[in-house]
Amino acid sequence: MLSPEEWQAVQLSLGVAGRSVAVSLLPAIGVAWLLARGRFPGRFLLDACVHLPLVVPPVVTGWCLLLLFGIQGPLGGPLFQWFGIRLVFTTNGAALATAVMSFPLIVRAVRLGLESVDSGLEAAARTLGARPLDSFLTVTLPLMSPGILAGAITAFAAGLGEFGAVITFASNIPGETQTLPLAIYSATQSPGGEGVAARLALVSFALAIGGLLSAEFLARRMNRLLGRA
Amino acid sequence: MLQVALRHGFPGFRLDVGFAAAEAGVTALFGPSGCGKSTILAAVAGLLRPEAGRVSLGGRVLLDTEAGLCLPPEQRRCGMVFQDARLFPHLSVAANLRYGLKRAPPEATGPGLDEVVALLGLEPLLDRRPTRLSGGEKQRVALGRALLCRPRLLLMDEPLAALDAGRKAEVLPFLTRLCDAARLPILYVTHALDEVDALATRLVLLRGGQVLAADSVEALALRTDLPLAARRDAGAVLACTVEAHDAGRGLTRLGFPGGALQVPLRAEAVGTRIRTRLRARDVAVATVQPQGLSTQNILPAEVVALGAAATPHEVFVRLRIGPTELLSRITRDSAERLALRPGLAVWAVLKAVTVDRAQGGIETPG
Repeated sequence: MLSPEEWQAVQLSLGVAGRSVAVSLLPAIGVAWLLARGRFPGRFLLDACVHLPLVVPPVVTGWCLLLLFGIQGPLGGPLFQWFGIRLVFTTNGAALATAVMSFPLIVRAVRLGLESVDSGLEAAARTLGARPLDSFLTVTLPLMSPGILAGAITAFAAGLGEFGAVITFASNIPGETQTLPLAIYSATQSPGGEGVAARLALVSFALAIGGLLSAEFLARRMNRLLGRA
Repeated sequence: MLQVALRHGFPGFRLDVGFAAAEAGVTALFGPSGCGKSTILAAVAGLLRPEAGRVSLGGRVLLDTEAGLCLPPEQRRCGMVFQDARLFPHLSVAANLRYGLKRAPPEATGPGLDEVVALLGLEPLLDRRPTRLSGGEKQRVALGRALLCRPRLLLMDEPLAALDAGRKAEVLPFLTRLCDAARLPILYVTHALDEVDALATRLVLLRGGQVLAADSVEALALRTDLPLAARRDAGAVLACTVEAHDAGRGLTRLGFPGGALQVPLRAEAVGTRIRTRLRARDVAVATVQPQGLSTQNILPAEVVALGAAATPHEVFVRLRIGPTELLSRITRDSAERLALRPGLAVWAVLKAVTVDRAQGGIETPG
């Protein structure tokens, strides 16, 4: 049904989106906690920074990443010199660009999940002898897990389709950084590529619908597990 | 011994209280909503840091703002029961009960899981999730969970207030058993006088963020100057002992210092301590011994004093039977007609005796 090159784009997209979620999940939980429960000056600034990739043109986000993580960049330079890690024009770079773009989505969902947890339950855990971290891990985290799951699935689904930041920061290299949307774009630019574009678009539809359905199914199951149904 | 002194300001409200609670037994913090009761509990539990204050429990200082000491809640070992139960919804009842037990310091002693499950009748609930429990069942689990964290102090923040009358009647006997069995100081916040009567040994009356009075329930029940007296059910509270049963006449004799009461036959064993309440409106006064009355309890008494009641047409008469004092509320006209004055020998006619609760402990005959 799909040619080897098209399969490659699909697999690459799944891999990039998966890696981007894996990288951003823990920081997103931390940032969501700071935004929901933290009381510190600069909270609104942090909130604004997290949401920047949602409102700034993706190409600009990709360009900023180029400046920061380029071989000569303030972060990319040391990474390359000390650890030999190069992010620009690599699959990992595509994952980083995707992670930055979907970060606000995860933070929002995780934060919603966290805000649905009654802080009175955490207070109860403390009076029962739990330290703050213990109370977070045994009470808050399990109860906010539907939010974390929702965030991860949304970010994964959105990550499959990330275009602007990826093409700017990681370029459009088949087998390396050419994810589904980039492959579709390339197909529409080449004569006789309509068939490829249509097949890949169908795959995109299928993945999106599968993602939504599994999110719904898991959310219901999780709420039952958490004793909410 | 629990000693509490707290000062804390809210917008439009200042809390400034100091009181002590006994080694064991229930001290009720009683007052209208918004008088600062729950704030006191939160500060004792460590969930709220007051502007100034000192809290010590059995010689251990939990909070001393002057010394800059404020133990976090997990180090205070105050088991807390909240009005809304606050059970962990993702854990079974059994796991909820074990949550505090697992985190209790190893040297702490207290009742075990099986004991608490039996005391509160939780056996059939253990595998259930909190969402599948009724309000009363939730509160019973919350009581067990607090008791199982091996606390040195139990804090109860209106544990029955969210329940309807039926649920309340279902939980109250378990609560009574727990309070008797716990052998701990218990601070009990409520605005319901019936809960005070059923549970408390000491009472701290609060109003507008200040302590109005603090004493034993019996002593405060006689104070006609307190807002308690304005309520319809003002009256004396007597600590009685079951002295004898007369199954033939269907009566039980309850002894109190200076006299005895006859009440309809009780189930409690002889020697059981029982608290009774003689509401002031149920106590009439006669200057000659009444004859041919259906009333069981007509006792010789002496007028101690007359005081103002809530309405100008009524007076409170303080009566003494031996060392025990009673209150009677009669019209001002009656008091003048009978020429009541301190020292006068009268008869107290008790139209009704309310039995509040059996107090668990059996008094050994001396």
